[in-house]
Amino acid sequence: MKPTASATAHIAAVVAEPSAPASQSSASDFQRGLDERLWRWLTLSPALLLLLALSVLPLANLFATSFFTVSWSGGHSSFSAAGLNNYRALAGDTLFRAGILNTILFALFAVGGQMLCGFVLALLCTGVTRGRLLYRTIFILPILVPGIVVGAIWKLLLNFDFGLVNQAIALVGIDPLNWLGSANTALASVIFVDIWHWTPFCFLLFLAGLQSLPQDVYEAAKIDGASGWQELTYVTLPMMLPTIMVTFAFRLVLAFKVFDEVYLLTGGGPGTSTQVMSFTLYQRFFREDQTGYGSAMSVAIIFMTCILLSAAFAARGRTGATK
Amino acid sequence: MTTSPRARALAIHALLIAAALLVLIPVVWVVAAGFRTQISLLSGAFWFTPVLKNFNEVLFSKTSDFLVNYRNSLVVGTLSTLICLVAATLAAWSLNRMSWPRWFVHVFLGWALVFHMFPPLALASAWFTIMRTVGLDNTLTAVVLAHTVLNLPMALWLMGVFVRDVPVELEEAARLDGATTPVLLWRIVLPIIAPGLAATAILTFVFSWNDFGVALTLTMKQTATVPVAIAKFAQEYEILYTQMAAAAALSILPALVLLIIGQRYIVAGLTQGAVK
Repeated sequence: MKPTASATAHIAAVVAEPSAPASQSSASDFQRGLDERLWRWLTLSPALLLLLALSVLPLANLFATSFFTVSWSGGHSSFSAAGLNNYRALAGDTLFRAGILNTILFALFAVGGQMLCGFVLALLCTGVTRGRLLYRTIFILPILVPGIVVGAIWKLLLNFDFGLVNQAIALVGIDPLNWLGSANTALASVIFVDIWHWTPFCFLLFLAGLQSLPQDVYEAAKIDGASGWQELTYVTLPMMLPTIMVTFAFRLVLAFKVFDEVYLLTGGGPGTSTQVMSFTLYQRFFREDQTGYGSAMSVAIIFMTCILLSAAFAARGRTGATK
Repeated sequence: MTTSPRARALAIHALLIAAALLVLIPVVWVVAAGFRTQISLLSGAFWFTPVLKNFNEVLFSKTSDFLVNYRNSLVVGTLSTLICLVAATLAAWSLNRMSWPRWFVHVFLGWALVFHMFPPLALASAWFTIMRTVGLDNTLTAVVLAHTVLNLPMALWLMGVFVRDVPVELEEAARLDGATTPVLLWRIVLPIIAPGLAATAILTFVFSWNDFGVALTLTMKQTATVPVAIAKFAQEYEILYTQMAAAAALSILPALVLLIIGQRYIVAGLTQGAVK
């Protein structure tokens, strides 16, 4: 940015003069230092207090509770020490294991699908000049729709008896499928719904990335006689790698939190076919009132999230994909 | 390739229109379902006479709390957005422009980032316990606080980007002119970051409005927010499909308004967070 640079030089020249003689009294310097330190803390304290009270404290609370068995009677709780029993029980909890496995499957397929669809749409969108803004407006819509409403929408559309999807496939002569009610298709349906929900987000980031790519590289590729496919694989994809990695990380983290759609679409069923981590946790902690065990599960899930994170950072460090 | 540019453009438009229809049809179909009778929906007939019965039931029936839910969502969304913006903006400015030790800044922002990765449901259980202990269980305050801290990392991140865009020289010049910290923030920093604030505000509000998991665990009948109420329709003994559709249609109104008036800010907020 040129104007800022020249302004910098200008102000630096102005500022250099009065500060050189150091004529101000040390008392006012001290006053200023005090003022600075005071405001430093004042400006940070709201966020600091919020984070301490509602992220550090709850985590400590979860960790402490995870070593107890909590029983509820008449709205009162009684704690009894359980040592590591809660953590041992996790290993044998089939619901929890199904939850982890399904969450991983869900995250990989949903995020993969979204990124692919989003990238294709973004590429197509850069290929047109007219109507780009209108397309963007339409594609943004699902990002703003609450997850539970996305669930409600597709619960209606995927309904066995009257859903639009079964009506549509009937037109081409396919028998109606029990999308959400059959163990074979339930997880795939939930993944499809998530792709519908979040493809627009990937699209938006990819579109921003594509629009910021330098055009001269494309001209050079044209002069060298590169085909459309070569242009994509040798020019666009390598230059888009940082954006792709960031989008992937963003979406993966969000996919691991999945709860709303599953809650409404399938409730974890049929059987354990769509059981995901957050839903298992909800069931154990809130529906079954297993406070101690639920806390241990929370700690375990948070711990796994941290491992995933450090793995992602390590991978990022190795490839050096992001700046 | 032998295709003419015109044919190519037409093909691209055809694909994009197909994608747009894929986005729009489900939403439109469900909004339309809100205007149907349960029988008309269940019979699967394509044509129907629109009725307002579902909206009437959802909004004004004695057994429905939807207006209360709507008010709750508006209150929670507005308050948590305000608190979140103030806290995040001040902190982002403090961390970027005041002389904090580097390790402190890294620990602070690092923790916010890590915290952002946790599934909200994993913390909801502890929030529930803590709110109960301090007597805030089943209050809107609890939901406001939870949503504030839930959106704080994103707001911190975004406002950090926007605060760094304020020229340091401008702040130094103001200091030299004798501006105190509040004056500096109010008169110099705030006007420059205003568009960034708008973008962050819209996203924070939308995420608060959309949250289901946390609201579900921290609320009861009278404090329930809109998503919690919509989920209830699906859990009745007999699923009230058309009422659920009507409620869903009503719930996306704020998002539609924001999309129309604030698309620029939404795009700026969403892409700024990831691309910068």
